[in-house]
Amino acid sequence: MALLQLSEPGQTPDPHARRIAVGIDLGTTHSLVAAVRHGVAECLPDGDGRVILPSVVRYLDGGGRQIGFDARQAQADDPENTLASVKRFMGRRLADVTGADKLPYRFVDQPGMVAVETRAGLKTPVEVSAEILATLRYRAEDTFSDDLYGAVITVPAYFDDAQRQATKDAAQLAGLNVLRLINEPTAAAVAYGLDNGSEGLYAVYDLGGGTFDISLLRLSRGVFEVVATGGDAALGGDDFDQALADWALARAGRSASSPHDKRAVLVAARAAKEALTDADQAVLACELAGPPLAVPVSRAEFDALTRPLVERTLSAVRKVLRDAKVKREEVMGVVMVGGSTRMPAIPAAVGELFGRAPLTNLNPDEVVAVGAAIQANALAGNAQDGELLLLDVIPLSLGLETMGGLVERVIERNTTIPVAKAQDFTTFKDGQTAMAIHVLQGERELVADCRSLARFELRGIPPMVAGAARIRVTFQVDADGLLSVAARELGSGVEASVVVKPSYGLADDQIAQMLKDGFASAEVDMAARSLRESRVEAERMTLATRAALAADGELLDAAERDSIEALLVDLNRIAAGDDHAAIDSAVERLADGTEAFAAARMNRGIQAALTGRKLNDL
Amino acid sequence: MNLSDDDFTLFGLPQRFALDRAALDDCWRALQARVHPDRFASEGAAAQRLAMQWAVRVNEAYQRLKDPLKRGAYLCELRGAPIQAENNTAMPAAFLMQQMAWREALDEADSLASVEALDEQVAAHEQALLAELGRTLDGTADASAAAQQVRALMFVARFRNDIGRRLEALDA
Repeated sequence: MALLQLSEPGQTPDPHARRIAVGIDLGTTHSLVAAVRHGVAECLPDGDGRVILPSVVRYLDGGGRQIGFDARQAQADDPENTLASVKRFMGRRLADVTGADKLPYRFVDQPGMVAVETRAGLKTPVEVSAEILATLRYRAEDTFSDDLYGAVITVPAYFDDAQRQATKDAAQLAGLNVLRLINEPTAAAVAYGLDNGSEGLYAVYDLGGGTFDISLLRLSRGVFEVVATGGDAALGGDDFDQALADWALARAGRSASSPHDKRAVLVAARAAKEALTDADQAVLACELAGPPLAVPVSRAEFDALTRPLVERTLSAVRKVLRDAKVKREEVMGVVMVGGSTRMPAIPAAVGELFGRAPLTNLNPDEVVAVGAAIQANALAGNAQDGELLLLDVIPLSLGLETMGGLVERVIERNTTIPVAKAQDFTTFKDGQTAMAIHVLQGERELVADCRSLARFELRGIPPMVAGAARIRVTFQVDADGLLSVAARELGSGVEASVVVKPSYGLADDQIAQMLKDGFASAEVDMAARSLRESRVEAERMTLATRAALAADGELLDAAERDSIEALLVDLNRIAAGDDHAAIDSAVERLADGTEAFAAARMNRGIQAALTGRKLNDL
Repeated sequence: MNLSDDDFTLFGLPQRFALDRAALDDCWRALQARVHPDRFASEGAAAQRLAMQWAVRVNEAYQRLKDPLKRGAYLCELRGAPIQAENNTAMPAAFLMQQMAWREALDEADSLASVEALDEQVAAHEQALLAELGRTLDGTADASAAAQQVRALMFVARFRNDIGRRLEALDA
């Protein structure tokens, strides 16, 4: 006879109870995956021991793909089908992509987002990113020989709503459960701050392959509060390569017009730039149509020709200090993140601005993924202390179009998320029964200078004289930094709302279709996957509810407790079957049935927070 | 504790203008540590929804309390003298003259240094007005006089915004 297995309330007899959660840095030039193993966050290597995966995807004849080093190797030989740095195109139209004419791709402008024509058909940046994410997901699953519970994915702090949504879509397409999108500088600060036990105000200077971020964070007992953030979503190491390539071509009196030549000169420029990190001299050399190109370049020349790019980053730093109303002397340390900060001119310029040498003791390539892994581990409920809390901000102001093509700001940039804000508007014509709502993001006053996020219409307003209707528009930004907008006429109660994704990003049914088409999960049986996911969710809810009952059960009277117990028994019975829809609805019933209990517990938590503070004051 | 409690009650602070900023910040972090959705990541949709509501409410109150102008306006409202800036644009002549002088100075300032100097001057004036508002709200409890002071401060804040935009343009 088998022994009865006993377990404490809130614990689980399941040996796989520790949930595998990873942090993924989806970078412009390369991507990494990290996880907490044996209490230490570290990047996971591939079969050859390399932690870096070049963010390059090559589409081959016959439906095959190369991802990573092999694809990067083939860039100059097969430039049109080998897509690199697609992060720069995420959530962007062709008109938004600077220097598109210098890239070897066959761009196709599409509503919502630019795409690239390849031999495997039209590919969006979301699909290409999903290939990279899926590769990292398989690497993590192979490492742990287990399914992933979820992932925290990092985005540049300066990414707008469209770019964040596109990133989340890519993750979904790669079959990843996104626990949270977090900002790259915040992730770096987590890795850095937890490592050093730092407190106070820190700046994170993050210059990657294609994006630049500057963030100010206040670290205080495990709370990482972003004070202000800024940057340039289209400025990175790639621009230094391009500047050097243009300079070398001009100096040699040559040009690069074919896709092969364009890519070859960029690859050579990148190699010369990297050589100049340690050497004072390098030669930019490559094969072009006609005689080969070989242009010697000194570090001083390189620094001079890229100085305007460095200046752009410094100007963004000064703006963030002004935004935060912080003096540069108050900053206790400057953390350098991103491979581009290896260029010697960068730490020198940043050090000069802040009057202190930047901190470079963590690997600038790995620090973001490591920080994301620490947060993923905490969100999966694996962290022992639960001390870590990230309080992030929205990077760009959100607003609405008003009369005359002007933008009325509803939420200012650098507001801590989650946040919701309502603003009242009225009709301007007698008998007006509909109102167009145009949602914008940006700092400029004219609609034409801001990014359009969504348009929708509130219809069915009862006819009234102009100015009599009261239309309340509510903006809500969740903890991932994603926006939803609702409008409601207060007199009649007519409503309309939109989760901001139609003008950029993919609709849910498009994603469902792509998943069905076998993308990124060719060998996975979708039905089995849904069932497994539903069971995991049922288990998760059961454990959470049991833990809550154990901690705060006395908040319930006997009848309330019985009804929750009944829901638990019900869910347990249904989860043993294989109808995933039935399991989902039983989970939903338990969620609804515990809502009042959750509210009571929240209240107790708040009381405790206040009491704790008052005790500290004594 | 209730979502509809006023900001001061929510943060356990006395309902007055004078405020210990460090205590406010500590309390904000302590409250977020209890209610933030990340604290309920492994719980169900109901707990997530609730956490989101609370985290939003706590952030809303924090934004209002930490900004002296917003805090002053909120206190006026709690004391029955809403600001209604759009219906109350009348300001004393001396104040308007001062505004015009500042605007001219901003138009004429052509260097980063001169705009920064103007900003410092306006900031000092703003501080004096805020101190006066504090005396009105915490001392005399004359809410409608306080509301008038808040409206004047709103003009100053708008002007400082314009200065900020100008600084950005000069630094770009």
